[in-house]
Amino acid sequence: MKVLGLDTSTMMATCAVINDERLLGEFSLNQDMTHSERLVPMIKEILDNLNMKVEDIDLYGVAIGPGSFTGLRIGAATIKAFAHLFDKPMVGVSSLEALAYNLPFNEIVVPMIDARRNRVYTGIYTWEDRELKELLAPCVLPIDELIIRLKDFDSVVVNGNGTLIYREILEERLGKQVSFAPLGLNSCKASSICELARIKYEKGQLDDYFTLAPEYLRESQAQRQLREKEKETS
Amino acid sequence: MLTLAIETSCDETACAVIKDGREVLSNIISSQIDVHRKFGGVVPEIASRKHIEAINNIIQEALDEANCTFKDLDLIGVTQGPGLVGALLVGISTAKALAYGLDIPLIGVNHIEGHICANYIEHKDLEPPFTCLVVSGGHTYLLNVKSYVDYELVGRTRDDAAGEAFDKVARALGLPYPGGPHIDRLAKIGDKDSIPFPRVYLEDGSYDFSFSGLKTAVLNYLNQMKQKGEEIIVEDVAASFQQAVLDVLVDKAFRLARETSSKKIVIAGGVAANEGLRNMLESRGEEEGIRIYYPSRILCTDNAAMIGSAAYYHYINGERSDLSLNVEPNLGLN
Ligand SMILES: [Zn+2]
Repeated sequence: MKVLGLDTSTMMATCAVINDERLLGEFSLNQDMTHSERLVPMIKEILDNLNMKVEDIDLYGVAIGPGSFTGLRIGAATIKAFAHLFDKPMVGVSSLEALAYNLPFNEIVVPMIDARRNRVYTGIYTWEDRELKELLAPCVLPIDELIIRLKDFDSVVVNGNGTLIYREILEERLGKQVSFAPLGLNSCKASSICELARIKYEKGQLDDYFTLAPEYLRESQAQRQLREKEKETS
Repeated sequence: MLTLAIETSCDETACAVIKDGREVLSNIISSQIDVHRKFGGVVPEIASRKHIEAINNIIQEALDEANCTFKDLDLIGVTQGPGLVGALLVGISTAKALAYGLDIPLIGVNHIEGHICANYIEHKDLEPPFTCLVVSGGHTYLLNVKSYVDYELVGRTRDDAAGEAFDKVARALGLPYPGGPHIDRLAKIGDKDSIPFPRVYLEDGSYDFSFSGLKTAVLNYLNQMKQKGEEIIVEDVAASFQQAVLDVLVDKAFRLARETSSKKIVIAGGVAANEGLRNMLESRGEEEGIRIYYPSRILCTDNAAMIGSAAYYHYINGERSDLSLNVEPNLGLN
């Protein structure tokens, strides 16, 4: 089974193709061009190199969030269009789960994606019976609050772009309890999206290209303001 | 030749299938207007979220209604700008994936050109050159349309778009969003000569527009009346305001037509649905021997059929967009 996966939830655009247990190709770029400009050319580059066409893909995977709202929509729109074109199955994968999947050790794994204003999108994961288990479901937390929760664990491994922004405060407050992922494992790998998509597909956890939407974990500012106003007046 | 076109520049998710640039096989429009009404205007992030939820359904509906499948398509057209960046990105990302997956050409279309091309769909005999007035919530342009792909911009608004002034005045009058159609409706029963609002023609010979002074004049008038405790006759305000906008639009359009010896004036954009504007242009057109063209109501709103028509003419002109095509939120006409 050939799987095409991609992630555009952060500045890094990544795309990969796997065939069953084999990684055929992976491409990641973190540069100033927008995802909109580079994503489809990048997919074309990788498929051309593999002598493949979009229609040769059997399953599509895409990071569905959390992350940059705009980035998530670019990835989702692209994958939904491919799946729709050839009526192929598709799966949305949590970008946090994909990050945690980079670190397959018997540890507490805490991915964090910058959510601005001293907050991160995060979750707490651990490995049990070779599977990733969720101890804290994906959510938005102030970095301070996350650190307080992490003090409960003897040791944690962290990754994601949030660890670049909050490295100092994490080191200062958690000391030797915290380990940082190496650079190559610090961002989401499209190959992990492919693999997680395949696992979900085998479990029958499919998404629908007509209805799939990103998991933002945050409502829009206008919605929040309206809700607060309604609360005041009621 | 079949074109599938996608339009997501604002709060309408739209997809259409067009044959040979003029024949509409399907034209599906999913409006989010009810969602945005409670915010008093379009919220960009919410618009983008609604687009990504709706787009594949709208595409499927467009294909079904046109009685075709993806494999029958020859060209993909998509709005590149102007518009809301996040909203445009949903359409353009989808369009690029479709064009690449199907291995067919892609054309990024200027939304304003799309509005003009709505007239080619409506009027099978219409051909350039002609004088064109584009009026909508976001744009006010006066153009010489020289060919299907060549536009000479002659005038534009220096501040508010005409449609924007309509919406702001409507809001001040307590009318529901979007206010343009309400003003048009009330103007029919009001007295257009009751309040002398200013007509702003700018310097001699200018084809540009300015509506912010007029908008302020209306707001000041409303404040003064309230302070004096006098009754505000909403219909009269609507009629007098609308007439002040239309006088300038119509005068400048006819002046340009005369100067370029054009016998055709084409109107386009959301405000082209304004009956006051249509009537005024038509009666003056009759006097001056100039034919007036405008699209039917559905083609005046944001739709994808018009994008498909524009894409087709650029394709015929030998143009192609590549897969790195990006959105241009501030795309203008030149
Ligand atoms: Zn428009």
